[in-house]
Amino acid sequence: MADRDRGYGEPELEILEIELLLEGIHRHYGFDFRGYAYSSLKRRLWRVMAEEHLSTVSELQSRVLHDEACMERLLRALSINVTAMFRDPDFFVAFRDKVAPLLRTYPFIRVWNAGCSTGEETYSLAILLAEEGLYERTRIYATDINDAVLERAEAGDFPVEKASEYAQNYLKAGGSGAFSDYYATREGTARLSRRLKDNVVFAQHNLVSDRSFNEFHVILCRNVMIYFGRPLQDRVHGLFYDSLDRLGILGLGQKESIRLTRYEGYYEPLDVHHRLYRRIG
Amino acid sequence: MVGRVVAIGGSWGGGAALGRVLASLPGDLGAPVVVALHRYPGASRLAEQLGRHGPLAVADAEDKQELWPGCVLLAPPDYHLLVEGGMCVLSIDEPVRYSRPSIDVLFESVADAYRSRAVGVLLTGASEDGSAGLARIQARGGLTIAQDPASAECPIMPRAAIEAGAVGRVLGLEEIGEALVSACATEDVGVEEGAR
Repeated sequence: MADRDRGYGEPELEILEIELLLEGIHRHYGFDFRGYAYSSLKRRLWRVMAEEHLSTVSELQSRVLHDEACMERLLRALSINVTAMFRDPDFFVAFRDKVAPLLRTYPFIRVWNAGCSTGEETYSLAILLAEEGLYERTRIYATDINDAVLERAEAGDFPVEKASEYAQNYLKAGGSGAFSDYYATREGTARLSRRLKDNVVFAQHNLVSDRSFNEFHVILCRNVMIYFGRPLQDRVHGLFYDSLDRLGILGLGQKESIRLTRYEGYYEPLDVHHRLYRRIG
Repeated sequence: MVGRVVAIGGSWGGGAALGRVLASLPGDLGAPVVVALHRYPGASRLAEQLGRHGPLAVADAEDKQELWPGCVLLAPPDYHLLVEGGMCVLSIDEPVRYSRPSIDVLFESVADAYRSRAVGVLLTGASEDGSAGLARIQARGGLTIAQDPASAECPIMPRAAIEAGAVGRVLGLEEIGEALVSACATEDVGVEEGAR
């Protein structure tokens, strides 16, 4: 086939290579990235290819299948979602205003933070619940596909340079204390306090292939499904629906909508702007 | 055959420049418009403000939202916007060249998804974002336009793309609107553009 796309490779051919890579990873290692959105996945693959000094996805496929350490690196690149504590502070304000009062009516609260990555959102939520007087009766299940990021999440460390950004976010998010009360600094690393970890369970869970494992009052899954294609998003919404208590709360990212899924009819908006929904059916 | 897609990038002064481009576009533009502007995370009313300039409705893109002819969808603050299969795809991957949204990320995805049907427009700005993406659109046979640096509030960004050889046409803001209208009215002027 004539290729006039000088120097950039044939996009259809690259899509074929990506399909083959993902199929190979799935069959050999069991991780299923086949339902991901290719446009954003592709950029992550490009970065891995650059780091591995490879020029085509096919070369990456060969290395990944023959070298487990390379698969580990690829898994990390595909599964880490870099985020910040109290990213979208307004969301946490809305959570305080609209969700906390509902949670007060429960004697025990189970929360699932799906796709928790390195734990920034999990701990933000733990702080919020502590300030609302709800943390002691809450258990947060924070899950991710990647064991290595869960270890980092469990440690609860962040670079001390991030502290001022996080402190600002915390204040905008309606924080009622001082963010500095929640961590101690040692040798350039800030470690979140023990108490914030006491009621958090970190566990591996794969949204693509694993099933529901409990019934929750709240599920937060923010800016995780943006990396999925529509059919996979529908599957995960099914999983969340099955895992939510009747009248349970689902929180999505700022630009994710339940409107575009099959599950729209089973929820009512609690706060449309901040993507908080309540299961009704 | 699917029609064209217009991708516009802007940085310093880009909001005002985009407003003038939108003012010169008709309500029945035959192609979707996707936009990456470097914007402050707090600039949540940008879409509303831009929508007042012309007949086209402007909105922040939502994940997996479908494109339609005449839509103007902006990369939301602190997200990258990509396009795939006629839909918006968002990402919170690290900033590229210190920017999220990144113009390169948008342009490169549009180049791969629409090839010679892509139209890339780079407006005023103080960074070098957009050049690599525009080069990719051009290499795939798409149409590439830069705002005339002489008329730009900040000439650095369009000039960088021109110097990189990634720009087919250098136009003033009013002419950009006309060029988009005529490009969207014809199927594939990009072939001729790519052959240059």
